[in-house]
Formats: sequence, C-alpha cells, structure tokens
Amino acid sequence: MSELNKSLKGGEFVTKATNPQTVFIPEDITEEQKLMAETTLDFIEKEVVPNLNDIDKQKPGLILSLLEKAGELGLLGAAVPEEYEGLGESFNTNSIISMSMGASHSFGVAFAAHTGIGTLPILYYGTEEQKKKYLPKLASGELKAAYCLTEPTSGSDALSAKTTAVLSEDGTHYVLNGQKMWITNGGFADILITFAKVDGDKFTGFIIPTNSEGFQAGEEENKMGIKGSSTRALFLDNVKVPVENVLGEIGKGHYIAFNVLNVGRYKLGAMTTGGAKHYIDVAVNYANERKQFGREISSFGAIKHKLAEMAIRTFVAEASTLRTSGLINDKIAELQGQGKTYSEAMIDAAEEYAIESSIMKIFGSEVLDYVVDELVQIHGGYGYSEEYPAARAYRDSRINRIFEGTNEINRLLVIDMLVKRSMKGRIDLLGPAMAIQKELMSIPEFGEKPTGLLELEMQSIAQAKKAVLMIAGSAVQKFMQKLGNEQEIIMYLTDMIIDIYTAESALLRTLKVAQVGTKNLEFYEKMCKVYLRDALDRINTNGRNAISAFAEDDELKLLMLGMKRFTKLDPVNSVAIRREIANKMIEENKYVY
Amino acid sequence: MKIVVCVSHVPDSAAKINIGADEKNIDKNGVSFILNPYDEFALEEALKIKDSIGADVVLVSVGGDEVKETIRKGLAMGADSGILLKTNAYRDSISTAKLIAEEIKLQGANLVFLGKQSIDGDNGVVGQLVAEILGFNSVSVAVSFNLNGDKIVAEREIEGGREVVETSLPAVITAQKGLNDPRYASLKGIMAAKKKVIDEKEVTVSEIGVELIKLKKPAQKQAGKILGKDSSAVPELVRLLKEEAKVI
Repeated sequence: MSELNKSLKGGEFVTKATNPQTVFIPEDITEEQKLMAETTLDFIEKEVVPNLNDIDKQKPGLILSLLEKAGELGLLGAAVPEEYEGLGESFNTNSIISMSMGASHSFGVAFAAHTGIGTLPILYYGTEEQKKKYLPKLASGELKAAYCLTEPTSGSDALSAKTTAVLSEDGTHYVLNGQKMWITNGGFADILITFAKVDGDKFTGFIIPTNSEGFQAGEEENKMGIKGSSTRALFLDNVKVPVENVLGEIGKGHYIAFNVLNVGRYKLGAMTTGGAKHYIDVAVNYANERKQFGREISSFGAIKHKLAEMAIRTFVAEASTLRTSGLINDKIAELQGQGKTYSEAMIDAAEEYAIESSIMKIFGSEVLDYVVDELVQIHGGYGYSEEYPAARAYRDSRINRIFEGTNEINRLLVIDMLVKRSMKGRIDLLGPAMAIQKELMSIPEFGEKPTGLLELEMQSIAQAKKAVLMIAGSAVQKFMQKLGNEQEIIMYLTDMIIDIYTAESALLRTLKVAQVGTKNLEFYEKMCKVYLRDALDRINTNGRNAISAFAEDDELKLLMLGMKRFTKLDPVNSVAIRREIANKMIEENKYVY
Repeated sequence: MKIVVCVSHVPDSAAKINIGADEKNIDKNGVSFILNPYDEFALEEALKIKDSIGADVVLVSVGGDEVKETIRKGLAMGADSGILLKTNAYRDSISTAKLIAEEIKLQGANLVFLGKQSIDGDNGVVGQLVAEILGFNSVSVAVSFNLNGDKIVAEREIEGGREVVETSLPAVITAQKGLNDPRYASLKGIMAAKKKVIDEKEVTVSEIGVELIKLKKPAQKQAGKILGKDSSAVPELVRLLKEEAKVI
C-alpha cells in the first residue's frame, strides 16, 4: 500500500495530505445505513416531536417510555455487540444514527447519555460478568444509565473530584461518600457510572445501582434549555457498593473517564451536525412561506446569504464528521485484525483520533449554534415565540458548547495532545516545522497555477498547514514547557487547526465525489471555494494575533511575512456563489447538500 | 397461509416535482423515493396477520432496478421475501394489474393487500382490477379488517361514514389511512432484510389500453390583486367579481 493510501495517524493531518479516496463521505452511506437513518428520523418525527412540550415539562414516565421504544427499535443497542444482545453495528453506522438523532432536543440528550457515556464504560472496561449482567438490559432500554464525573467543585478539572470510596473491613464492598453535579438522566437512571477516589488518591470507576441505600437524587435543575432532559445533583451517603461493581482497575478510573469522553465528543459533533441539517430545512421552509413587501423573504439577498452560510458550514461539518468517523471505523477494523478485542480496539481507535474528536465537538457545536441563531433571526419576531420551533432549537443548542468538556477545554486539549504526541515521537511535527523555518528564509517559488478541480485550494490547505507549524514551532521554542500558560496563543492555534481540518474535509469529500459524479458537484466545489477563503482569512487573523503575542523585531517581521505567504488565495465572487447555493435550497425547499 | 402485498416505489410526497425533458416522465434528479404510504398500511395489515396466526408475506412490485430499494424497506419492516417484476416499459393500470395477477396465481396466495392508490399515478384501480382478473372478492378503501378462518369482516370509508362489509377468501383488500399504525423498520429488521431474497423476473408489458401523451404542471395560481384599502374599493370589487371572475 502506498503511503498516500493509508489512513493518517491521529493529528497527522496537521502536516500530511490525505488521499480523497480514503475518506468516508455521506455519498458512501449504504442502503442499510440509509434505512437505519430513516427509522431514526421517523421515530423522532412521529414519537418525539409531537411530544416536545410534554417532554420539556418532564411529564412523568414520558422520556422513559420513549427510551424503551427506541430500545425496541434497536437504537439503544446499535453499538453493543451481538453477544450482549445488541446489534453490533459498525462505528460508521452508529455515526449515522447519531447524526439522525440530532434534532431530537431533550430526548437526544437522554439518548446520548444512555447509549454513550452510560453504556460504553461497561462495554469498554467491564468484566465479562458485568457485560453480561448490564449490556443486554441497557441495549433493550430495560435499564437506563447515567454517567457521574462532575462534582460541585470539579468540572473541567475532573480529577480533583472529592467523592471517596473506602473498602469495608471484610473486603466485600466499598463505601462511597460524595456529591455529583449536573448528572444527565439523574432523575431516572437505574445505574450510575460513577467515579470516586479509593484511599484518597486512586481515581476509580464504579457501577452503582440507584436503588442502593444511601443514594439520593436532588431536585431537577431549572435550566436554560434541554428542559426535558433530567439533570440533577446526586448524593452518595455511605452507599455500599459490592467489590464486583468496581469498573476497570483501582486507580485507573481516569482512563475510563477520558476514553469514553473521546467517543462522546466525536458523537456530539455528529449529533450537532445532524441537528444543523434539520434546522436548515426549517429555515428554508419558513423563508419560502413568509412574505414581506409582497414577496417571499427567501427572495431577499440578506436572507439568501444566511441560508447559504448555514448550508456551507453544515456541509463542511458533515464532511468532517464522517471523515473522522471513517478514520475511527477503519482503525477499529485494523486493530481487531491485529488480534485486539472489540473493546480494546474501540478504546485505542478513539484515543488515536482524540484530537479530531475534540475538533468535531467544538466545530459541530459551534456550527449548530450558528445555524439556530440564524434560524431565529430568519423567523424575526416569530423566532422569539414558543409557537415556532426556532426558540426551542436556539436554547437547546447552547449546552453543546459546554458539556462533554467545554469548547475551551477541548481547544486546550487539541494543542496539548499534539505537543505530547510530537514529544513522544508518535507523530513528527518537528521535522516539518524545521523545514518550514528553512522555506521561510528562501525565495518563494512561483510554479504554474494549477487548473485541476480544487487543485489550487488543496495547495492552499498545504500552505495553511505550514502557517500553523510555523507559529507552533516558534511558540514552542519560545515558551518550551510553559506554552500551557499561554492559553490565548493556544486558542488561536487550535482555531487555525480547526479551520484546516474542516476545510480540508470538505475538499476531500468533493474530490472523492468527483470520481463518481453527482448532480451536486458544482455546488460542492463552490461551497469549498467560499469556505476555504473565509477560513484562510480567519487563519491569517488568528495567526497574526498569535505571532504578535510573542515575537519581536526580525522574528516578528519574518513570521508576519510567512503568514502573508501561507494564507494567500485569489478571491471568488462569494456573493454570487452564496446566492446560487441558497437558490438551490429555496427551489427544493430543503437542505440539499 | 401466503399473503401477497403489492408495493409501489413513489416519489416522496414532500419532493418538488419537475417534468422531464421527454414530457412523459418526471425529472428524477434530486427526488427521493419512498414506499407508497398507503402500501405501508397494506403491509402492516399483512404483518399483523403474520404475527397473530402466522403467514408467509410476499412483496410484489413492478418496475426497474430502483424499486428494489422499496422492496428492501418492506422486507425490513418484516415481509418474508420480495418479487420484482422487472420492466422499464410504460404501463397503464390494467397492464400493471395483469402482471401482478399473473404472479399472485403463481404464488398461490388467496389474500392480497394493496394500498388504495399509489400517490404517483393516483389511478386507484389496480387492486380492484387484480380482483376482477383473479375472480377474487374485493374490498376497497378498507379502514378496518378482521380475518376469522376464511371469513372477512371489513369496514370501508364512504362519504360521511363507514360501511361494514363481510366477505370471504380469496380476497383483495385495498388499504386506506386509519386501517392501522404501520410499524417502523427496526434495526434488526433492516439487518435481517439484507439476507432476504428478492426474486427478479423479467416481464413484458401486454397491450396498453390507455396511452400517456404528456405530463403537465398545474396552471400557476395568479397573484391576488389589491384594489384598495377601504370601502371606496367596493364598487370596483363588485364589477370584477361580476365581469372578470363571473361569480356573482
């Protein structure tokens, strides 16, 4: 296999190019996967949407019965292997189900917490007995799960948790004491994946049945959005947990907590992307119906711009989501081929692409927030009324930038992981960074302008990667181990990397689609062109801000010249392009990309 | 017992339809296709019988390769096997009915369900034609169905009410909305459908009685006119209603 046909390692996209043939794109979705997406969307449309008001009022039993119905359809067990009475569907199929679940509001939150952070810890780290005992019932919905990591004083700093676990004298059980905060599904979960410190410092996972003596759930939080999602503080007062309910090894709870979050973050990216697709439909529909000044508001340029920009970002998000999914999916298969168990392969593959998963969490949640914000705006006054779906979409979206690690924490993680991987020699950032230092001192070469499909844009991506490496290399040299203190610079760098990963994903999707041909190719190409140019402008601004924060004199001049050189691209008529992109949706009255 | 359910592959009712260059077909570009909604009621009724007393549910559809997608959906909902009567030729209702009736004879089924109409052609007669060809009893537009032995009690929707009818097997039933609540294709069902067989049979369309000349879009609605904002506009309104619209 030639180098270009192999999947890149996690984080390697920062320096290396990807062969478009190797990426997973929406156009690769199989007939079965389409049917599963349809079942999920049908379920939401017929069971969830008509009940949204009751769900938000937390009508007793409603969300439970919906979870159980989802269980009957197989939606809760899609990721659970067949030996534990799930369906054992691939990572890619589960991605598609997550995307389809995207516009289900509070139900989606309950669903994601149950199937993701509620179920996966047992699947990944449980003993055979624990798996047999819990997974079939979690897959069917007979048992509902919650995940308890956060505490009143430990949010982003999860390992500073104060909940304690003390082994009983007879060695049969642990006694847990402490308080957990913001626990999704906390009001009805039958089992809790909980973390506590054994002997004061050994961070450890436990499975706690909520019918245990000493367990108490607090009142429902009164939240800004996702009002139907049960969110409570939970209290553990001398709760006895049998030793066989220890999850994973004593003192290794952080592996569980963080590896499960890797998958959770990716999935949040997938769900938010799916949500964005749906809300564009809603926006186009409304803009086509609402008339002002004697014409549909969709005929106005200001609205077309909004619709087009919503579509462009969502198109890019979907391309990035499935590209990431494909990387993880293929890695799982590769590791299983090397003899790893399903659980080991899942954990390792998700860890390998933790950087990309964090990017998807940030990007997906910010795209959805942008889309629902414009959705409200397009609705005008009606967007502010509960009579229309825009208001709920708006307030329910906001949490995505906060949970599963705030977007700020995830931004810090992206750079932290890249630097660590480079230091450990897992990926080579230093070599390419040095090469760029050399390139900076040389006279730029002006080759012929490429003419192939998006060839110029692919070259620009390669150049933009140099910009990131240039700044990151200089910043690491300057601050060494203290780079972590320079959070502003880290944020700028991560934003540059996010723009690169997402723009490149859209280009790769389009180039792959070009091989098979599709009616939408010309639109894809145009969306790539517009998005990339905006991304380069952002990369340029972020880069210059970062450089100014640490470079002086000659270095400052040199790096600024480098920025100019690496983010240059001729403009396109983005107004005309956005109109075309909007017009196509306006004509078909939906998101069509 | 063997039950045949006839299914059609039709454009999604939400799709925006354009007429193709040949003026005899719609432009399929960008149009998603679905299992005809009335056929979902038909299939659900057959599956309910399968669930209660056991039955072999066979899907039959006529059309090109693309129809397999819809048959697969029916298999995912729980039908046992599918038959595609393969042809890309134009068909009118009677030629479609003849093809289906022939297959039902081969299958030896004595109970047949169809949707009351397909939402593309909207002829709404194939079910009754099939019954006529086969000499089966026929109940159309059924909103309730009950099988006991070979006795059937069904309710039909009629203007302003319902009609309760009784008949017996062999019978053809066409399904109306309200007959039941069609199930979702479960993920397990979708996976199982992968292994179920779709038998493809090349067929030739017999003589056509009704020929399609061309498709036309409905006339565009004229934009409304605003004559004025107060009572001074009334005389002009009355004049236009009399002379132009000719409604008073």
